[in-house]
Amino acid sequence: MQDLANTALNIALQLGASYADVRVMERTVESISVKNGRVEALSSSVDSGFNVRVIVNGAWGFASSARMDLKEAQKIADQAVGIAKASALVGGKLPRLSPLPPQRGSYVTSIKRDPFSVPLEEKVGLLLKADETMRSVKGVNIATGNMEFGRERKLFASSEGSLIEQTLYDSGAAIVAEAVGDGEIQQRSYPNSFGRQAGTAGYEFVEAMNLPEHGQRIGEEAVKLLTAKQCPSGTMTIILDGPQTALQVHESCGHPIELDRVMGMEAGFVGKSFLTIDKLGANFRYGSDAVSIVADATTPGGLGTFGWDDEGVPAQRTDIVKNGVFSGYLMSRDTAPELGLSSNGCVRADGWNRLPMIRMTNVSLLPGTWKLEDLIANTDEGLYLCTNRSWSIDDRRLNFQFGTEIGWEIKNGKLGAMLKNCTYTGITPQFWGSCDAVCDDWVVWGTPNCGKGEPMQVMRTGHGAASARFRNVQVGVGNWGQ
Amino acid sequence: MLEENEVRTLLEKVLGFSKATQTEVLFFGTDRSLTRFANSYIHQNVAETNTAVSVRAVLGNRIGVASTNKIDDDSLRDVVNRAVAIASVQPENPEFKSLPGPQPITLVNGYSAGTAAFGPEERANGVKIIVDRAVAKGYESAGAFETAVQQVVVANSLGVFANHIGTEAELHAVVMADAGGSGYAQRVSMDVGAFDFEALATEAVEKAAKSRNPIEAPIGEYRVVLDSYAVGEMLQYLAFMGLSAQAVQEERSFMNGHFGEKIAAESVTIYDDAFDPEGLPMGFDFEGAPKHRLALIDQGVAHAVPYDSFTANREGKENTGHALPSPNTFGPYPANLMMAAGAASREDLFKGIERGVYVTRFHYCNVVHPVRTLFTGMTRDGTFLIEHGELTRPLKNFRFTQSILETLTAAEAISKQRIQVRDYTTVVAPALRSGKFNFTGLTQ
Repeated sequence: MQDLANTALNIALQLGASYADVRVMERTVESISVKNGRVEALSSSVDSGFNVRVIVNGAWGFASSARMDLKEAQKIADQAVGIAKASALVGGKLPRLSPLPPQRGSYVTSIKRDPFSVPLEEKVGLLLKADETMRSVKGVNIATGNMEFGRERKLFASSEGSLIEQTLYDSGAAIVAEAVGDGEIQQRSYPNSFGRQAGTAGYEFVEAMNLPEHGQRIGEEAVKLLTAKQCPSGTMTIILDGPQTALQVHESCGHPIELDRVMGMEAGFVGKSFLTIDKLGANFRYGSDAVSIVADATTPGGLGTFGWDDEGVPAQRTDIVKNGVFSGYLMSRDTAPELGLSSNGCVRADGWNRLPMIRMTNVSLLPGTWKLEDLIANTDEGLYLCTNRSWSIDDRRLNFQFGTEIGWEIKNGKLGAMLKNCTYTGITPQFWGSCDAVCDDWVVWGTPNCGKGEPMQVMRTGHGAASARFRNVQVGVGNWGQ
Repeated sequence: MLEENEVRTLLEKVLGFSKATQTEVLFFGTDRSLTRFANSYIHQNVAETNTAVSVRAVLGNRIGVASTNKIDDDSLRDVVNRAVAIASVQPENPEFKSLPGPQPITLVNGYSAGTAAFGPEERANGVKIIVDRAVAKGYESAGAFETAVQQVVVANSLGVFANHIGTEAELHAVVMADAGGSGYAQRVSMDVGAFDFEALATEAVEKAAKSRNPIEAPIGEYRVVLDSYAVGEMLQYLAFMGLSAQAVQEERSFMNGHFGEKIAAESVTIYDDAFDPEGLPMGFDFEGAPKHRLALIDQGVAHAVPYDSFTANREGKENTGHALPSPNTFGPYPANLMMAAGAASREDLFKGIERGVYVTRFHYCNVVHPVRTLFTGMTRDGTFLIEHGELTRPLKNFRFTQSILETLTAAEAISKQRIQVRDYTTVVAPALRSGKFNFTGLTQ
């Protein structure tokens, strides 16, 4: 591995690179899906290769290959240099890298039970048991469960003398009950929807979910939703549960603070950011005093936790929003100098064949002191909305619309009727500005499927979040024929 | 890419390693390059060479899948052993009958030597045309230009062997003017030689110029003209919501209970055709089954959904050749989705609209309710007010929350011209005038 990296670095420098780095990566994934009492998919994949990234003539070049021998290392280094020279044809700014002393060391995710050593029968058995509890509820049409485990081994070496080895584990699982009625389909998920709840952890993370204990409850809720009241339309107070708050943070804070997006690098794809650089250090109010957000790659068990990022910058914590005031970005070595700053270690690639880019680490809303039951009791009228069902946000991360799997009316401080097809919409700073309470039920939620970049990269990010209350929010969007 | 005899030898070797009842091996070879530009310069320029082998082992009616991106003998033995081990530890699935057997496959050309040979300098030169045209007007540009060669080979122990080498080129650009102006253009083809870079630049730059100083229009229901980019994305989401035998069998598709019934205007025909050179042709699916042309919504009537071998065997129906790579929890999918052209010229689409909205493209769509075909998203890169049959003013972007079938039922005119567009999947789509589209919000 080190020989391959050294060969590629030497060739790149000989061919004129002013900077070069090499990543050798191997990712192993085991994935299990069950549906209605049967195993729907069970797979194991191993994907490995290396890449070379160079700066030549003031432009970036990148090339990668799955073949890992010294001859291929020479070829790929040569290809990366050639691509950088082609990039230089269109001109542009000369990349400047923020300073970084040579990094040397290793990091391994702390796990109690290696998910790849747990017998497959045990994992499949746990999912099938949970599946059975969902299907024990009359009216559940589709019961599904899934687990996914990943192990990523990577070596990073740079022409500046860094040499880092890391082994990262991730584990996750979820179950979903779906009920189908006349022109209606409803679902409930546990612990989270759209994939799974996940963290950098071992199999103990999945065991702690107690999946079978929650199957019957979500099955019953899915069936009841078929005949539940339609979510009302209007402007009202809402309380979001932790998982929905986590996705709200992800979409309306995590993405707009990516400095490459702010600088227009994603403008040709999903768009830019309203958090333009003039707002940093200008006392820009992102949210209310109750809103404090950090990016922290050292959060224990967070899905965005590691030792060093994929540019060799150590994992660290950055204030993003302090008591409502915008305070910082997610940065790379080539974007931070534009603000006179240094990288805060937020660069990752989703595989050996992808260019590293700015990604969320664990972007978390800090917990408040409210108990959820006290917050509901403190709310005269509103909605309690739980578990994401759909999401969409505009190309500057301002106008968003979310749907949730389930909701309840809040009347006179008590939960009332169950609500289906709940949606809410808003404009990011106004919405966070209307947040007047954050609870203490703080959990680090994993988002295992964050898409960004071209070619698309899917990254694993974490979000500490708690239930939170927002005032004057538009709910019940669209024509539901009622 | 591997020659046919090389890849046949490789896959036969893998099949020979397996002691499973049935074995399928799927080979992918990829040479993919992408040039990305923003702020009027190239900021990412990447190339990837990869191979991947995926093995599906069947023990009775238990299935295991394993994959690797290494093709040395040890790695291939290991991937077979992992697939068999996975199959051996799981319960029986009585609904699984068999992998597909060999059937005649219609050869189809999806390869362009010009695309395969296209290099980073040529991509940079194409990008430069767009960047320079934007800079000349004082505008910024951003986008990506991708060229790829993809080899897909399927073999199984029942005698299936199918080999396809295809190419794909995709270029899109967002041009950003001052005063909120923004324009977009995209081209997708198996042949990069079909790209007219000047025309693409003109389309995006002119739209950016025209969309400067947008005004705010009230939210509500409008007659709309949706350009091909918007129609393509809408059809993609329709397919996600239920154009699959699996969704129908699980009774969660909007097609359930409506086969043979009218669910869209008579002018609307949506189909899947893997042989049309306007798309990205490929004669077989990821199980090596021959693809069939399939009308999904035929002259407004819910007609059919695509099948793979599992869903076809479950229902005793014909396999239409729409399998995705295993393991596949989504079910069969119409990967060559197309909408039939109409008779309208571009000018015809706007005729008779007293007050409406023209949408260039959608942004960040998502499903709100799949049975109601309700989806949400934003408009982007050129939204205009239509008054008295003409585009009059640029508009600030709207959020919409709308039923796709309702929009297709209210279809009033469909363009003669179609283009291939790509979001997550590729779709060949015309532009469309519809009497119904519900804009539910505005952005700043």
